[in-house]
Amino acid sequence: MTLRRILPYLQVAPLTLVLALFVVLPLGLVVAVSFWRFQFLVGPVPDFTLQNYVDLLSSETTWRLYLSTVKFTLIVLAITAVLGFWISYFLVFHVRNLLTAIALFLICTVPFWTSNIIRMISWRPVLGKEGLINQALMKLGLIDQPLAWLLFSDFAVVVAYVHLFTLFMIVPIFNAMARIDKSLLEAAVDAGASRLDVVWNVVLPLSRTGIALGAVFVVTLVMGDFFVVIVMSGGLSGSATSGIYNDVQIQNYPRAAANAVILLAIVLMMATAIFRVVDVRRELVR
Amino acid sequence: MLTPAGRRPWTFYVLAGLFTLFVIFLYGPMISIFILSFQGPTGGLVFPLRDPGFTWFHALFGQARTGDVGGAFSRSLPLALVVMVLTVLISVSAGFAFRRRFRGASAIFFTAITSLIVPGLVLSIGILVTFREVFGLPVRWYSSGLAAHLTWTLPFGLLIMFAVLGRLNPSWEEAAHDLGASRWQTVSQVLVPIVFPGMIAVALFGFTLSYDEFPRSWLTVGSKNTLPIEIWTMTTNVTSPALYALGTVTTAVSFVVIAIALGSIWVIQRRRSRRG
Repeated sequence: MTLRRILPYLQVAPLTLVLALFVVLPLGLVVAVSFWRFQFLVGPVPDFTLQNYVDLLSSETTWRLYLSTVKFTLIVLAITAVLGFWISYFLVFHVRNLLTAIALFLICTVPFWTSNIIRMISWRPVLGKEGLINQALMKLGLIDQPLAWLLFSDFAVVVAYVHLFTLFMIVPIFNAMARIDKSLLEAAVDAGASRLDVVWNVVLPLSRTGIALGAVFVVTLVMGDFFVVIVMSGGLSGSATSGIYNDVQIQNYPRAAANAVILLAIVLMMATAIFRVVDVRRELVR
Repeated sequence: MLTPAGRRPWTFYVLAGLFTLFVIFLYGPMISIFILSFQGPTGGLVFPLRDPGFTWFHALFGQARTGDVGGAFSRSLPLALVVMVLTVLISVSAGFAFRRRFRGASAIFFTAITSLIVPGLVLSIGILVTFREVFGLPVRWYSSGLAAHLTWTLPFGLLIMFAVLGRLNPSWEEAAHDLGASRWQTVSQVLVPIVFPGMIAVALFGFTLSYDEFPRSWLTVGSKNTLPIEIWTMTTNVTSPALYALGTVTTAVSFVVIAIALGSIWVIQRRRSRRG
């Protein structure tokens, strides 16, 4: 029957159309524009020049921004992975009632469905000079002067990232752990393993795919961020993407595009490396 | 877990403490801006709260308004609804396609993953150039903005459909067929009821991800701002609790949507377990 044969193509056609027109074509154009020339007072001019790449790669600012992005990425990756692992572990193996576990899991996920910008701004009255933490510490007499580094600093940037992105670790790790057969753990204990051994040799390897998926999310989110780093560092720090943001604001689209291509290459390389370790699609349908 | 029943290991208490701290960390700051949005006219951006009232909520929509907040709402809400409907239709349909083998399946899947992980700002630039240079159209929230939001919501919708349909046993469809059901009856009476909670989840993601999306909207909505962009401009210009009031209002809208979605999934599951 021919309908049966062509049915999948019809069903996937709308998705294919959207992806082709609004993902593949735009990304292709970003690559094309990255070879254009930026003329002062005129704007982007079609051309084929490598000048944008040469300018970027020879500029110290670029390297500084990328280095700072990588630094933030690694710090946030480490914190969110540890938090995500232990919170999922608590929910899956320590909470005995399934309904309670699901309710607690939902509590962790609800903020995901609210605005990131608002959640980021909400740190202002907490971390600020006259914020809650400084007020509390002053009242307790632990400090005389408010701590200035709490807000508008690298510390604040990391706090905001962890606040926004830990969820992306919890969900896949929770998902992976929930599939672990609990009798495996009992078998390990019966065979003489300590509880730490069980976590290290049974739970951790079996949660590997969840951690990898979470890592893909956290890496791409931190690398692609520009607004958290701009607001929370008070303009003191930057990221690779905030460099692109600045170029767009001065209408230098060719250089922004070249920078975007570099960023995209790095992000896709990291994601591919992680996807080599796990087959996401098979994990999802398993 | 591994100690005799009734006694909890010490790690339970340590991890319970960690979990509690994490929840405070997650909700504490948000709760503090909700409280501060009720600051009186003389109150500032930090505690203490001075003669609480609705001053800043009035300021938000009133005469001396801080920006076009009302207009931003009137664009963000319909946009999110349209994105929601399209996301459900397109990802459910594509989800069913992926249950069979077809040419280009993995290429489409990996493009969807790329769409998910590509930095939003990069795609925002690309879509701006596509509309201006290729289509020769101006960027508007209902055209290029809609397109940009779909690139963000569809991958999530597709992944959810994979998870839902992966558990759907093909033999149920065959059984329906063997019992004499027509194709349409199989779809409407077997498949749709099973995937319905998943469809609500896709709708929830479609609505909220569009409603809150900032990086992909930045260059694609044109001169009329959607809500997240309005908030972004306010973070740099407005230094009054009106910003917090806006945060409270948008979050309240999100919470209503989440409650409707989770509530309806819960009702469906309950009805089902009662029947079954």
